[in-house]
Amino acid sequence: MADKFISIEGIAKRYPGAGGATTTIFENLWLSMARGEFCCVIGHSGCGKTTVLNILAGLDAPSEGAVIVDGQAISGTSLDRAVIFQSHALLPWRTVLGNVAYAVSSKWRSWDRAKVRAHAQKFIDLVGLSGAEHKRPSELSGGMKQRVGIARALSITPKMMLMDEPFSALDALTRGTLQDEVRRICLETGQTAFMITHDVDEAIYLADKIFLMTNGPGAVLAEVVENPLPRDRGRTDLHRHPLYYALRNHIIDFLVTRSKTFTTEKPDHDPRNVPTVQIGKPGLSIASDAKPEAPRETSWPGLSRPSTSS
Amino acid sequence: MMTTSLRLRAGLVSLVLLAAFLGIWHLATRSTAQVTTMSPEYAKLMGLTATQGKSAMPGPLDVGAKLWEHLKRPFYDNGPNDKGLGIQLGYSIARVGTGYLLAVLVAIPLGFLIGMSPLLSKALDPFIQVLKPISPLAWMPLALYTIKDSSISAIFVIFICSIWPMLLNTVFGVATVRKEWINVARTLEVGTVRRAFTVILPAAAPTILTGMRISIGIAWLVIVAAEMLVGGTGIGYFVWNEWNNLSITNVIIAILLIGIVGMLLDQILARFTRMVTFPE
Repeated sequence: MADKFISIEGIAKRYPGAGGATTTIFENLWLSMARGEFCCVIGHSGCGKTTVLNILAGLDAPSEGAVIVDGQAISGTSLDRAVIFQSHALLPWRTVLGNVAYAVSSKWRSWDRAKVRAHAQKFIDLVGLSGAEHKRPSELSGGMKQRVGIARALSITPKMMLMDEPFSALDALTRGTLQDEVRRICLETGQTAFMITHDVDEAIYLADKIFLMTNGPGAVLAEVVENPLPRDRGRTDLHRHPLYYALRNHIIDFLVTRSKTFTTEKPDHDPRNVPTVQIGKPGLSIASDAKPEAPRETSWPGLSRPSTSS
Repeated sequence: MMTTSLRLRAGLVSLVLLAAFLGIWHLATRSTAQVTTMSPEYAKLMGLTATQGKSAMPGPLDVGAKLWEHLKRPFYDNGPNDKGLGIQLGYSIARVGTGYLLAVLVAIPLGFLIGMSPLLSKALDPFIQVLKPISPLAWMPLALYTIKDSSISAIFVIFICSIWPMLLNTVFGVATVRKEWINVARTLEVGTVRRAFTVILPAAAPTILTGMRISIGIAWLVIVAAEMLVGGTGIGYFVWNEWNNLSITNVIIAILLIGIVGMLLDQILARFTRMVTFPE
């Protein structure tokens, strides 16, 4: 990919372990994202997903390597990179408006109160929280709190959004609605998004590219899976797409078995040139194991459903 | 509905308990001893206990009457050993207030520094651990020797006793601010000073105020003892002076007032604590 808006170049994270030994969470990790791309990272707990996100955010520094955003190596946090925290991280002593306004006034320090409020209000309206501006976070439901977190992140008009399992603490219904909204907002504003998730369906619905990470410690980025689903996919008919199950099975197979065995099975894995998997294009795919994905999908009953019913 | 009736019933029980206490007190201190006949001159010397069989311990009615006298003239000043209770309490409250405010001014900024710096926290910990358990009155001779002023020495003792709970609570509150709130400020590129005031201070405020509430309680406990030592003015001195005068009635009144003022100070700080507490 020619356009590398974000490029993670050979980063490593090591922690001093017991008895002078060091624990390597991951090392020599390379990945890149194009402008406006929505990327999801999937991997088991402990593979360093959150560490990668924190390094991208600037909250954590890599032990080695560098992160380049828009042609510049990052050092520390930036208002260009907004973070949506898993636990929403709202300031409980501030109202909804106060929380968003805090971010707005941090970005534009010379703005007066009225201007800050008006700008914050715009983003509260955007996430559908009009009328709840003066409520405190304790008076909001989990989904509403996360909406405030999204409004706060968007209000500073960042170049990219970093999301650490933003919907994992929500019930399925709320999660679905918020996924729709995040997808809509990201498409409308052309956000570049980096999201950690454990939910395979969430990744398939939201992501353009899915990064699969092996188990830690010593985790590596095993594959980059390109989402074959069209960009204007909808939540309700997602599973009717002929490549949906192939994609889903590929990811689940990885999580269930290959994430454990990948490093031993592929000793020649080059972390600088991670294979890109293009499901549905067998000629182009560089699937890491010999199992071809495309022929197998014909045997799935789900595949014939759209053609017979419609 | 439920809560109002509960409060009403609790108030009623409180009143019954108070009435029972006053009744028992009254019965226990009423005149029972035999009255002996003696010459009027001798009787005058012996006092009411010997002549009318009156109990040496004042009853609730004596205390009530004396209290009413005090309340009518709280601010009279008849020289060093005879001042109104209002004046004496005023001296004590002024000393507590000065020492306490000085402690606030030192403890909260210092606690912020220690709480934000793991190095300072570790370096100062042994000093705090040694200084904290020292009885504030143990400082009194040193204070008198160096300051050479008994009133300022009392203020110093209040300062030294109220600083520790505030300092430790500020350190704890600042050091345990949720990492995610700090991270929010960091991702928004909020500077250190603004972060301290907009994130750390509000997040630590309930803990700091709790420390301040503990401190005012301790300061009010200590002032009575300190004033008994330094003498001159104040409610502590009043208690000791009335003990020397053998006026048990005045001692009881002073005890009652110390309790009421202590409760009011605590309530004020409790109200401030509620103001800064946020529900999560």
